[in-house]
Amino acid sequence: MLIRLSIPARQALAKLTLPVLAAASVGLMLLGKADAVLADRARLAFADALAPIYLALAGPLAGVRHAAGGLAELLTLRAENARLREENDRLREWQGVALALDAENRALKTNLNWVPEPAPSFVTARVVADAGGVYARAALLALGPNHPVTKGQIALDAFGLVGRITEVGARSARLLLITDINSRIPVTLEHSRAHAILAGNNTARPRLLFWPEGSPPIEGERVVTSAQAGVFPPNLPVGVVHYTASHVPEVDPEAQLDRLEIVRVFDYGFRGIAQPEHRPRPVAENAPRS
Amino acid sequence: MDPTDRLPGIRPQPSFWRRLDMAARTCFPGFFTALLMVLSVAPLGLAHQAVLLAALAVGSVYFWSLARPASMPSALVFLLGLLLDVLGFLPLGVGPLCLLLTHAVALRYRLGLCMQPFLLIWLVFAGVAGCAALLQWALVSLLLFRITPPALAAFQWVIAVGLYPAIAGAFARTNRSIADPQRA
Repeated sequence: MLIRLSIPARQALAKLTLPVLAAASVGLMLLGKADAVLADRARLAFADALAPIYLALAGPLAGVRHAAGGLAELLTLRAENARLREENDRLREWQGVALALDAENRALKTNLNWVPEPAPSFVTARVVADAGGVYARAALLALGPNHPVTKGQIALDAFGLVGRITEVGARSARLLLITDINSRIPVTLEHSRAHAILAGNNTARPRLLFWPEGSPPIEGERVVTSAQAGVFPPNLPVGVVHYTASHVPEVDPEAQLDRLEIVRVFDYGFRGIAQPEHRPRPVAENAPRS
Repeated sequence: MDPTDRLPGIRPQPSFWRRLDMAARTCFPGFFTALLMVLSVAPLGLAHQAVLLAALAVGSVYFWSLARPASMPSALVFLLGLLLDVLGFLPLGVGPLCLLLTHAVALRYRLGLCMQPFLLIWLVFAGVAGCAALLQWALVSLLLFRITPPALAAFQWVIAVGLYPAIAGAFARTNRSIADPQRA
């Protein structure tokens, strides 16, 4: 010890350490509540530093997981093969339907002089770690330096909507999943074209809220994003409606949220919901987007 | 106090390298706990992997506070709690408070518990980890102004209790070998 203290003084100090540290924890809670940005920035700086380590670990770990999965697959190979053959036949029929509809759709669009939407640019990123902990649903994406990802961009996996980028660091970004308790997404019910809100609740299936009276969600109905709030492009696949035993409509997400490995982060030109004080004037909405 | 000074007898002043070795051994529990916590967030592909982090932290702090409090001082527990907050995306301050609670209980009943059979130590740990998980859940709910689902807090507690024998077994070995400054 640098300063020589008498033994009673030292003992008194030792007794004080715990209460002082507990008080410091409570102080930190208040500080974190008062300045949420500071806490988020500290977290992201830490995640940024760890992201390369996790990225280096991700390769070998995925290899081990695939090897273990491969062993399990060997056991069910025959049954799986039969199932796939049957599914393949069914899908081939659907492919015919889809191609016919696509051709019809294109013909109708030509007749209507439809202006095609520009194809959005995207970045593919590896999901390297859970970034939600026990009380949130989020993922940490590893990105190269000088990446173009910004807050508010939209992530999809091979099957459907995964979530939205909420924080961006130098080498990583935090992706808030649609199942997070803070996630609210404007959606369209595909049958009735009615709008609703998809609210995450930290479980595997987010809930549907605020659908218009008279067009309740139907079991098995597909749910797609809605362009209503200007945060999402329309018609990205989200999931399928499923009613719980207590008759609450939930959505079974199309995206494989429990085993995300790689996601595509799309730039649709949305920058997240603007703060009230940053809302652009109405004139700016007609100006060409830069 | 230098750990070698606790035993009576006259010894030569330890050399620089021996002091370094002893310091490294003293720091081992803290570093190893931090490393375990960082690795528990790595992409292992387990479902509900997030509960591992707090379970490891609570188990580790409890074990070292009982077995070698000199290597797990309160300030270090506070820092590990901060690491728990940052890695587990908890509101700041929740992790330190939960780990300090665990640490305080372990220190308070240390002398009584050390001589008891493992089963009793484990039972007390189950109680402490339950309190820590409950406190964490209550604080997170309070700080987010929202009742978060309590099922995961309960699951975290179950995992912490289930993992503890494995953690304690591995740590007890290191406690007798790597983490013992006397062996430097």
